Amino acid sequence: MDLYLPVANLSVNALVIILLGGGVGLLSGMFGVGGGFLTTPLLIVYGIPPTVAAASSASQVTGASVSGVFAHFRRKGVDTKMGGVLVAGGILGSFFGAWLFRLLQQSGQIDTVIAIVYVIMLGSIGGLMAKESIGTIGRARTGRPPKARKRRHHPLVAALPLRTRFYASGLYISPLAPLLLGFFTGILTILLGIGGGFILVPAMIYLLGMATSVVVGTSLFQTLFVTAVATMVHATTTKAVDIVLAALLLLGSVVGAQVGARFATKFRPEYLRLGLAVMVLLVGARILLGLVWRPEEIFSVTLS
Amino acid sequence: MKPGWLALLAPLLMAQAKPVLVPDVSQRNIEIAYSFTGAELLLFGAILYPGGRLPTGEQPTDIVVVVKGPTQSILMREKEKVAGIWVNAARLRYRSAPSFYAIASSKPIDRLVDDRTRAIYELGLDSLQLSPASSAPAPIQDRFQKGLVDLKRRAGLYYEAPRAVEITDGVLYRARVSIPARVPVGRFTAETFLIRDGRVLAAAVRDIDIRKSGFERFVARAADRSSVTYGLVAVALSVFLGWAAGWIARRV
Repeated sequence: MDLYLPVANLSVNALVIILLGGGVGLLSGMFGVGGGFLTTPLLIVYGIPPTVAAASSASQVTGASVSGVFAHFRRKGVDTKMGGVLVAGGILGSFFGAWLFRLLQQSGQIDTVIAIVYVIMLGSIGGLMAKESIGTIGRARTGRPPKARKRRHHPLVAALPLRTRFYASGLYISPLAPLLLGFFTGILTILLGIGGGFILVPAMIYLLGMATSVVVGTSLFQTLFVTAVATMVHATTTKAVDIVLAALLLLGSVVGAQVGARFATKFRPEYLRLGLAVMVLLVGARILLGLVWRPEEIFSVTLS
Repeated sequence: MKPGWLALLAPLLMAQAKPVLVPDVSQRNIEIAYSFTGAELLLFGAILYPGGRLPTGEQPTDIVVVVKGPTQSILMREKEKVAGIWVNAARLRYRSAPSFYAIASSKPIDRLVDDRTRAIYELGLDSLQLSPASSAPAPIQDRFQKGLVDLKRRAGLYYEAPRAVEITDGVLYRARVSIPARVPVGRFTAETFLIRDGRVLAAAVRDIDIRKSGFERFVARAADRSSVTYGLVAVALSVFLGWAAGWIARRV
């Protein structure tokens, strides 16, 4: 079933896009991530222009995170104060990201920068996750009790001024720390079309030292608002949001996310984390190969 | 008749000695709707010979049809390996590269006319006048032009179709040119050339308008002109779909 995308200016097979969204949604429901880090590269592989891919997959992440946010709100799993600070940082970050995007686009290095950032991020996060989950699985097998982790924030975070109390997170820290974290994630959202959950969650646990019960909900809360802002920024600056493409992706992913969430209860979380780590590392390795192998196309064309 | 009259008629009489082309295209407008996957144009017409008779004892006439898309100003970049990774390095700007170029002919084009004529009429992928905006050395310009043609050819946007024009009894001709879904909208031109003995005897142009219609036109215009509303609708759509899926899932 061929469908013409009015902004991307090409026709795609609607079923392929819905299935792509469904597959990503399934994984995002299972692992609790937005899935943007998979959508954007897959769309580019399918032949969608990179800018349109990044701009349209941000709205898919919005859709995938909505039901999660509601679910966590019902369980009181969202620290709205912390979330608000993160969102504020994220909005500032997305404006900065838009400026950076234009700058890189003009210099012609946007694709390389996106690829390098992906490789560094996916490689490091995937590696950490794999190490941690293998460790947990090993300990579960041998029956040794896990070492009790000290829940403490990073010394750099403690050094920041203007401390305030975040009750739900059980923290007394400077709002500058989550603001900076949100800012950084906002840049990534604009550049890569990702929600940033898989950066935000470890950072909230290991850097800020937040109570784990509110980490995922608050991260989804930030993702929801920042991807919505990112969609707006793209719609008004790059004008590359293809609403037909976004709708197709959403149709697949919101259904897939629900199925994935049910699926996830059947597996042990450390195995899920290992699965996610393997997937993240594979995507990172594929992008790295794209950088170092001689590309099929030496030349590229942009309208000017 | 006075000699003055004859002098006035002379150009007309001489024009009469050349054949005339009467070209047409199957579609003057191509509308892009939701199911658009490309279009097939039929370019056809007749060759009118002076006196209404096929000339005898002369070389046969050939037809070349060129379909061009609206020109674009483009920036081309070339990747180079720097410190182990492939990054964009050299670049060249072209002021007017056709977004689409298809050439169909009754015989391979290099057998019909010489290089000079091909360059004048832009006949053939190696004879395009792309007007580069910089004075880069000739070898570099050649490399970029080859790269551009290769890139566009692989996307199906540039192609040559030798022997795709059929001529029936030396009078009627027809050619099919397919236009892929990836073409930009705008005014396309279909030029028809009548060639004999390595010379262009007659040429005629027809315009074809390709535009988005209906919903596609509405969406493309909304994205461009009312971008804030468009963005808000995109966000609302994603929030609604995500919420609806969650609502349904809790009840299943």
